[in-house]
Amino acid sequence: MSGQVGTRSRRDAIGVGVALLNRVARSRAIDRFGLRKRTERVVFEATKTGFRTAGALTRSFTAASKLGKPARLPATRSTGRFDLTPTEDQQLMVGVVSEFAAEVLRPASAAADTACTTDARVLAQSAELGLSLIEVPEELGGIVTERSAMTGVLVAEAMAHGDLGQAVACLAPSAVSTAISLWGDETQQATYLPAFTGSSVPAAALAILEPRPLFDPFDLRTRATPHGGGYLLNGVKSLVPRGAAAELFVIAARSADGPALFLVESGHPGVTIEAEPSMGLRAASLARVLLADVPAVQLGTLADYADCVRLSRLGWCALSLGTAKAVLDYVTPYVNSRVAFGEPISHRQSVAFMVANIGIELEGMRLVTYRAGSRAEQGLPFAREVALARRLCTEYGMKIGTDGVQLLGGHGFVKEHPVERWYRDLRAIGVMEGGVLV
Amino acid sequence: MINLETPRKFRAFVHQAHQVAAEMLRPNSRRYDLAEHAYPKELDMLAAMVDGLGASGTGSGAGAGGVRRPEADEDGKVKNGSNLSSVLSVTEMSWGDVGLLLSMPRQGLGNSAIASVASDEQLRRFDGVWAGMAITEPGCGSDSANIQTTARRDGDVYVIDGEKIFVTAGGRCDAVVVWATLDKSLGRAAIKSFVVFKDTPGMTVERLEHKLGIRSSDTATIRFENCRVPASNLLGSPEVDGEKGFAGVMQTFDNTRPLVAAMAVGVARASLEATRDLLAEAGVTVDYDRPIHLQPAAAASYLQMEADWEAAHLLTLQAAWMADNGKPNSLQASMAKAKAGRAGNDITLRCIELAGTLGYSEHHLLEKWSRDSKILDIFEGTQQIQQLIVARRLLGKTSAELK
Repeated sequence: MSGQVGTRSRRDAIGVGVALLNRVARSRAIDRFGLRKRTERVVFEATKTGFRTAGALTRSFTAASKLGKPARLPATRSTGRFDLTPTEDQQLMVGVVSEFAAEVLRPASAAADTACTTDARVLAQSAELGLSLIEVPEELGGIVTERSAMTGVLVAEAMAHGDLGQAVACLAPSAVSTAISLWGDETQQATYLPAFTGSSVPAAALAILEPRPLFDPFDLRTRATPHGGGYLLNGVKSLVPRGAAAELFVIAARSADGPALFLVESGHPGVTIEAEPSMGLRAASLARVLLADVPAVQLGTLADYADCVRLSRLGWCALSLGTAKAVLDYVTPYVNSRVAFGEPISHRQSVAFMVANIGIELEGMRLVTYRAGSRAEQGLPFAREVALARRLCTEYGMKIGTDGVQLLGGHGFVKEHPVERWYRDLRAIGVMEGGVLV
Repeated sequence: MINLETPRKFRAFVHQAHQVAAEMLRPNSRRYDLAEHAYPKELDMLAAMVDGLGASGTGSGAGAGGVRRPEADEDGKVKNGSNLSSVLSVTEMSWGDVGLLLSMPRQGLGNSAIASVASDEQLRRFDGVWAGMAITEPGCGSDSANIQTTARRDGDVYVIDGEKIFVTAGGRCDAVVVWATLDKSLGRAAIKSFVVFKDTPGMTVERLEHKLGIRSSDTATIRFENCRVPASNLLGSPEVDGEKGFAGVMQTFDNTRPLVAAMAVGVARASLEATRDLLAEAGVTVDYDRPIHLQPAAAASYLQMEADWEAAHLLTLQAAWMADNGKPNSLQASMAKAKAGRAGNDITLRCIELAGTLGYSEHHLLEKWSRDSKILDIFEGTQQIQQLIVARRLLGKTSAELK
């Protein structure tokens, strides 16, 4: 797994585009028919909520060809113009990801929801798309030369249009690779990033949430106590995507100085994984991670932690955009074809205005989220914009979810239609912290 | 490249507009709210300044000239043009006082209509004219296809008969853009707009309304009796050509709705800023990082309002940006108007509740802004009309199907 960084030659500007094109070429080869077959579920059965397992570390992470100092992506330079047009690279990337979402994620979504897991082949194909490379600098084997939070937003949005649960499962490793790229020191980057840029991307997860009401990511109960050169972690993290499969965790814990991120390899005996199936995001195989005297190293600074919380929230906003759009796209033909009282129900204002308001609020959510993403990648302060986006996406995202079911009436309540799943999935926005990162 | 910040080239101009709003409009805000129908003479000087700005090529004060669609020009570059600078300017001025903005000489909605659909010859002829907009009638508001005012061709003139109400700046302007039908039996296709000057015989300003808000702006009832208007004052094509003719008149709205949305955004920002200061004095500040449920209810309420404001603001910029770049924006213009109209009204009203007696009494302008904001969810198409338009577009429905 390791050692790939050293052998990869440095890409020039054209190389970045070529790297993306390579991904496109591969996506054409997606085997879209084999996906519906259930694969055996290695980790746990959904129904067995009491299932416990040890961490899933199967590989050893060792530092290879370390750089003299950590690679850091520079901020994106603004053109100074108000513009809603994605760059050509972004359009290419979104095109590929949208196709993947429509042809792979959407058809597999009901089964993945039931199985409480995302098919291994779906995960492998999403890794082929290079999702974990979007925020990794090219000198570390990634594909970018500057910050690309906006690309991350567009990709998450496109993925979640297919299926939110599977999108989270697919994007979970890139939250870790992104965190290490953004905040890791040269040793951490050299030790862990090669695995994410190689051919077998490991399951990995960013864990911030803890199981309690009124959770505050800046007031953590998971403790990091100094031990030797590093720390020992103790505590419980909640709703960790693919927790049972993860080989590497980035965990939020409270040190003497305040909340920060810590890198944890899952192979330590102090790591216990408990399945935590929830109302939605079931394809993301959510789990609790119990930590008992688990050795860890700090990742980044306290200020970096605050950015991590914000960028993760931004990721959830982006995901909500995709799923909310899926609702709009689904209810539109439905209300046009469903007849009551002798005409399509869309001819009634009470129905039509619900659709209009889904459109209006979704557009507002989208623009506010985009502004936050574009400020983040330009190196501008973005805490305010993320907070506003999160507010809108939580409030109206859920409103769209519930209206999606309402517009289908009783048919919306049964699993023949996807709107009940989107309803369950959209409730996650506003609850979730961590898991994804842009 | 996606970027939703104020364009670099407009920043100085926006700052300038803000200074005008702060130093000229705000100090006169309460005076003309109390002295309804008194002419705000301070505006004459301001209007001259705005004319100067307009001549310098930057968007103008109330955006009247800034809504003309650019000629198709294919250099492939993204443009930040006069539609965008106009909504930015209108936002700042409305932050100062939206009633006074609506009273700005030569910046009426009629001017926007002229800028949108006039021929180049008419544009030159009507340059410098202050034009109001006369659409609504006593028996016809949102269903503007149903207007009863008639225009009958008689040689070189059209003879206009009818009554128009709610004409903004109708008492003070030089001319009004009047909607009238050439033939009621032909429906909306026969509706045309005419520039009618105030000195035209047969045109009478009958009365001015007393209103809930925007009191510094006069709202007139105008009667037309055997009013003979030169045929060359008809805007657009004189032919009755099916849907196309009416679509042309309605196109004005694609350009003016973002402006009204910008007004709502500006007024709401005034309320939000004042309320934030008052809350800070009371020891409540918004923390953008801490979860909303761990903050005081007032902070949580504020955050929700600010989020809605941000959405309204960006929807407005989007609609204007699309116009500048020659993209059809009917849907986005209506979305912006719907969101900004309702958010602006909701925000200004909720801010009063947070500010208590300070918000409700005339000691502060918060109560005024909450009265001013109501009309912004009504004129240039009510909230419900915007929702109808958005719904029809999203669902692919005609106005006959989705009524």
